[in-house]
Amino acid sequence: MNLSLLEPGHIAIIEAIDTDQGLEQRLQALGFRQGREITLIRRAWFSGPLHVRIGTTEVMVRRREAERIYLQEISQNGALA
Amino acid sequence: MKQVAVLGMPNTGKSTFFNRLTGADASIGNWPGITVDLMMAQVKLDSIEAEIVDLPGIYDLRGYSEDEEVVRTFIDKNPLHLVLIILNATQLDRQLSLALQIKRLQVPAILFLNMADEAPKFGVEVDAEKLSERLGMPVVPISAKYGQGYDRAYQTILNLLKEQEEAIQAQPLDQCMRCDSEIAGEMGSLLQDAVTVPRNIKDNLTIRLDRILLHPVFGLPLFFLTMFLMFQLVYAIGTPIQGLMGEITDWLQTAALEPLLAGAPEMLRGFLIDGLYGGLTVVLSFVPIIILFFFAMAIVEDSGYLSRSAFLMDAFMAKLGLDGRSFVMSLMGFGCNVPAIMGTRVMRSPGLRMLTMLVIPFSLCAARLNVFIFMTAALFSATVAPIVLFSLYLFSFVAAILTAAIFQGKYKNSEPLILELPPYRFPTLKQMLLRSWSEVKHFWRWSYKFIIFGVVAIWFLNNFPPGVETASPETFSGIIGQWTQPILDPIGINPQLAIALIFGFIAKEIVIGGLAVIYGQSDGALMGAIAAQIDWVQAYSFMLFTLLYVPCLSTVAVLRSESKSWKFTAFSVIWSLVLAWVASFIFYQGARFLGF
Ligand SMILES: Nc1nc2c(ncn2[C@@H]2O[C@H](COP(=O)(O)OP(=O)(O)O)[C@@H](O)[C@H]2O)c(=O)[nH]1
Repeated sequence: MNLSLLEPGHIAIIEAIDTDQGLEQRLQALGFRQGREITLIRRAWFSGPLHVRIGTTEVMVRRREAERIYLQEISQNGALA
Repeated sequence: MKQVAVLGMPNTGKSTFFNRLTGADASIGNWPGITVDLMMAQVKLDSIEAEIVDLPGIYDLRGYSEDEEVVRTFIDKNPLHLVLIILNATQLDRQLSLALQIKRLQVPAILFLNMADEAPKFGVEVDAEKLSERLGMPVVPISAKYGQGYDRAYQTILNLLKEQEEAIQAQPLDQCMRCDSEIAGEMGSLLQDAVTVPRNIKDNLTIRLDRILLHPVFGLPLFFLTMFLMFQLVYAIGTPIQGLMGEITDWLQTAALEPLLAGAPEMLRGFLIDGLYGGLTVVLSFVPIIILFFFAMAIVEDSGYLSRSAFLMDAFMAKLGLDGRSFVMSLMGFGCNVPAIMGTRVMRSPGLRMLTMLVIPFSLCAARLNVFIFMTAALFSATVAPIVLFSLYLFSFVAAILTAAIFQGKYKNSEPLILELPPYRFPTLKQMLLRSWSEVKHFWRWSYKFIIFGVVAIWFLNNFPPGVETASPETFSGIIGQWTQPILDPIGINPQLAIALIFGFIAKEIVIGGLAVIYGQSDGALMGAIAAQIDWVQAYSFMLFTLLYVPCLSTVAVLRSESKSWKFTAFSVIWSLVLAWVASFIFYQGARFLGF
């Protein structure tokens, strides 16, 4: 599953990022690294961007980019689903 | 002179720190091979003279963005005595990578953990000593905004500079193939040992505010309300001050300048008063608006709301190749295009910034509104006038959207739109004043020569060859007016109106004044004279043209100073002229065809 499918309020773990190097570098610098927890806070309307949190950093990501970020979802109580 | 560079990720408080260290007395420096403005200051730290450069914020020393390129070029070409690394203590969990990269340059460095005031609120704890030991460089927690830890920071800089006799050439990074994985590993272990980040951040003000301000239903209305209030704040206060300023400069002219130059030959007097002094007053008239605009911008930008606007508006703006910040600037352009174009500097992607700058001049600014109110009053009944004005606003939007849609392929947003949404912060009064002041300086530095030159040139066109009456058909303007008839006649613009359009190049404020000179009448009589000569179709065509062609000299000046490209500036001017002509042509010929 990828980030664009995560439900608001849900937490997942980043499994892989599959983009060109420029974007990957940028994502890494903003905290998107394999194995880190990511929370989807909200989605904007009309297929707008996503608001996510990684650690203490909050960022907005467009859906197209979010589709390239693969996740492993964990359920609300913290266990791997 | 010792060379010091300030380096850090974007939005970590680099500029705030730089201003504190240099006393905000910075200027724009010149470096070979670097095309963006870099702020630099020469300061005396105790007895040591140092030249401090504020480099653009970057994510990765090996990254591909324009800013990252600039930093690499700079480091490559300039040996340094010291690098000051600024990171956000709260976000050390991701930013430490930059410090590890800089460490590999093998230039003396100090790591400042900024926003020390914010970190505890997020429950982030950093063991600075351990970090320093492991990194092999001093680590100092500070708050650049409020000053905590600054004395220690200063002392640390001083000590290192004293020891460092020679400037060091940085080691190239691109030869280190394994660096990325090494850095990832080091970062992991450093974070584990020296940094505590809570797994869940506490419910804080930002989270609660975002729930309201980014609310799926109320978010957008609140955004428009905020923009409306901001617009009002800037222009409801700024426009009267601008008027007052005009009265003062007029008064100076009649009370001092004119009597003083009474004995001078007429040509010289005209050149000095209408040319040079006129140009100066145009430049000055923008100062109050720029101050207020950037006062307001300091608030929306520093608070973090500008980034939120990108989130709120992205669904719509992305289709045009723009983002929400472009929307905010275009909207503010409805007051005045000049500061709006200057405000685009927050967008770091060159393509996005250029496209936004291309769009802003179509925002129907207050100066154009004055022309339209006058013309509609002269030619339309009181019931139709508001509809006419409304239609012009509509055209303004359409022109902007059309421009973005056509040119979004040419000015591609090369950077992925992944924006940080920082916590809400409120700027201090000092920050707001500093921002306004530095923008006024910036405007002044780049624009005054160009604007004064332009005003003098148009004064020349309107008054030469010698001995003819101002703005009469015999002047160069009049000749150009005649000369352009083959192009302007098909859109209903007669030679007199053509001269008014030439006046309009200076500023739209003076179109009415120009018409008064051309027709030799003013106010009500002028309205009558114009109404007697042209019909409503011509008037509307004239207004359409006025709406769309080059807003004013000052806009051209800032387009040039912000884009640093004459080619882009010329392109923007020509595009606006083409669009203006085509729109007026379609309207005028269409209306005539339909029998109006
Ligand atoms: N709370 C807090 N905010 C700060 C501090 N330093 C800077 N800021 C704020 O962080 C934001 C970014 O600062 P700026 O100097 O423009 O960052 P730059 O992009 O790195 O140059 C602004 O809103 C500043 O007011 C600090 O020490 N504490």
